[in-house]
Amino acid sequence: MRAVEDALGVKIPNNARILRNIIEGIQYVQDHVIHFYHLHALDWVDVVSALDADPQATSDLAQSISDWPKSSTDYFRGVKDRLAAYVSSGQLGPFANAYWGHPAYKLPPEANLMAVGHYLEALDWQRDVIRAHALLGSKNPHLQTYLVGGMASPLDPNSQWAVNADTLAQIQGMFKRAKEFVDKVYLPDVLAVAPFYLEWAGIGGGLGNFLSYGDFPEADGTPWLPQGYILNKDLSKVYPVDHQEISEYVTRSWYEYDDESQGKHPWQGETRARYTGPKPPYDFLETDQKYTWMKAPRLAEHAMEVGPLARMLVAYASGHERVKAVVDTVLGVLGVGPEVLFSTLGRTAARCIETVVTAEKLAGWVDELAASMASGDLKIHEWSAWDPNNWPAEAKGWGHTEAPRGALGHWIHIKDKKIYNYQAVVPSTWNCSPRDAAGKPGAYEAALLGTPIADPDMPLEVLRTIHSFDPCMACGVHLLDVTGRELNLVRLDSPNAFAGPLLRFGGKAGPSSC
Amino acid sequence: MLEQPPARTLVLGVGNTLMCDEGVGVRVVERLAENYRFPEEVLLLDGGTLGMDLLYYLEGVENLLIVDAVQADKAPGELVRLQDDEVPAFLGMKVSPHQIGVPDMLFAAKLKDMYPSHVVLWGVQPARLEIGLDLSETVAVQVDGLVGLIVEELRKWGYEGERLG
Repeated sequence: MRAVEDALGVKIPNNARILRNIIEGIQYVQDHVIHFYHLHALDWVDVVSALDADPQATSDLAQSISDWPKSSTDYFRGVKDRLAAYVSSGQLGPFANAYWGHPAYKLPPEANLMAVGHYLEALDWQRDVIRAHALLGSKNPHLQTYLVGGMASPLDPNSQWAVNADTLAQIQGMFKRAKEFVDKVYLPDVLAVAPFYLEWAGIGGGLGNFLSYGDFPEADGTPWLPQGYILNKDLSKVYPVDHQEISEYVTRSWYEYDDESQGKHPWQGETRARYTGPKPPYDFLETDQKYTWMKAPRLAEHAMEVGPLARMLVAYASGHERVKAVVDTVLGVLGVGPEVLFSTLGRTAARCIETVVTAEKLAGWVDELAASMASGDLKIHEWSAWDPNNWPAEAKGWGHTEAPRGALGHWIHIKDKKIYNYQAVVPSTWNCSPRDAAGKPGAYEAALLGTPIADPDMPLEVLRTIHSFDPCMACGVHLLDVTGRELNLVRLDSPNAFAGPLLRFGGKAGPSSC
Repeated sequence: MLEQPPARTLVLGVGNTLMCDEGVGVRVVERLAENYRFPEEVLLLDGGTLGMDLLYYLEGVENLLIVDAVQADKAPGELVRLQDDEVPAFLGMKVSPHQIGVPDMLFAAKLKDMYPSHVVLWGVQPARLEIGLDLSETVAVQVDGLVGLIVEELRKWGYEGERLG
């Protein structure tokens, strides 16, 4: 959409800009909280250990870190009782698909029980706050309001079928509840869990190169979260992004170019699949040859990490006042310096910090939209480019956003009123990138180097680092396994010598698109 | 995701219809809805790949019937029936939040006291899991039989389906 707007020179109305910021902002908040409680928390929280918790002590712990109301002894006793009933029902493989009891779990039982309670509360919370998407864009997921030139949601203070004052008031209520949960549950939980895992502030750092396209354009066009990139963990310099310097290699990917020693800019990009790996099921991938469906994107020949940590570091190094204040506060509470941000724990903390600053930003955008509507401006879409007869014979565009998981770019080449070429370089392609023609690894590969593994059969530590990136995979198959066997667990091909892309994911991870 | 059904009985077809047999649960519920009409208390739902978002459809539901593609080490096209605690409900490790699925949803239902009194799962062992809109022949021939079995399950719960057309 932004790629086409860029190609055709469409300027979206001010209201559409604000509405996009609001929708994307609450998406960040919901996505990050779900990631933490429903995926990443299990890397740190041992649910079975919660059965040993004392509900009174759990209540004391919860009240010592936050004034969140659901923290009574009775509340945690209820959670524990239901968990105990579930475990004692002894049904098919209750915890077979996880690593409960693993020695790398360090939290006391009470912290584990508190986290189980918050896991359940996050379910109700996210369902409430993401209704903002339904009010503004018909549904979630997959909103139905985005259009080239703006949005499709009508604005009209006098119509009950349009976005009106009542809609905005409802949304403000949701955003208030969103912020309250982030401030009183998510942030305190991260701060309470982190001290038990401080060694992870020295593990999983990886590339040290971070890219953000920047996003959330303000009225003057500058993005609220800035654009730029950082090299070699050097926060003293932020480089400007020139998208012409982006290229994708397929040297180690199951695609073919005529000359695979060179990368291709996405406007010249090609996606010709050619699988040359072993016939599945296989035990081993030859990493000196092609070994993945991921291409290898590079910026000025550098591999890049993208995501909340990249955004927060670019903002921090660019002098973004609010980001800097929250980062420094969190570091102060934990008693550590900014160097710990380059780690698995840093990635997890940065996601939480981003949620805090985004959740507090949302109300201002809703006020901005309300003020714009009150001034009589109801325009939400720019139609001028909709007739292809008005298009140039040839046009190229670059559209970029910062998805919750990181930098997302789309490139379009329009010729004779048709799409001549279209390429997307998505966040997980940056992070999950294989090596390029020069042999440089991508973010995951670099981050896993040197990861300590307590038990090679249960590589929980690997999942911690991979999950800290918030990977997007296996959207396609959700097969229910009724044999009690593990489906999704990660396998290490060579547990003692992390020297490259040794990860394989069970299940059916195919070419990822997000 | 917003509307709360008044349903006390939920027939939930889940799966990804873009991946051939992965979508068999959805296809079966579609066929059921084409051929039968049930009392208002019975909701036939295409759950797609929503996973945890389906949890809130369980509010007030006493009988849950899930139709899904299952890995049961059977021959392709074979049917499997599980009930109550045989139906997997667990919190599983996964690589991406996109993998949160029915077992996680049922686990959360148990911990939130939302687990229905009766749960039945009808599963089909898939033959083909690749990009494509159509079921494989092997699985497609099972759809009508499965629809009949579901009508029978609903009859046991006290609901008579009216045959259409």
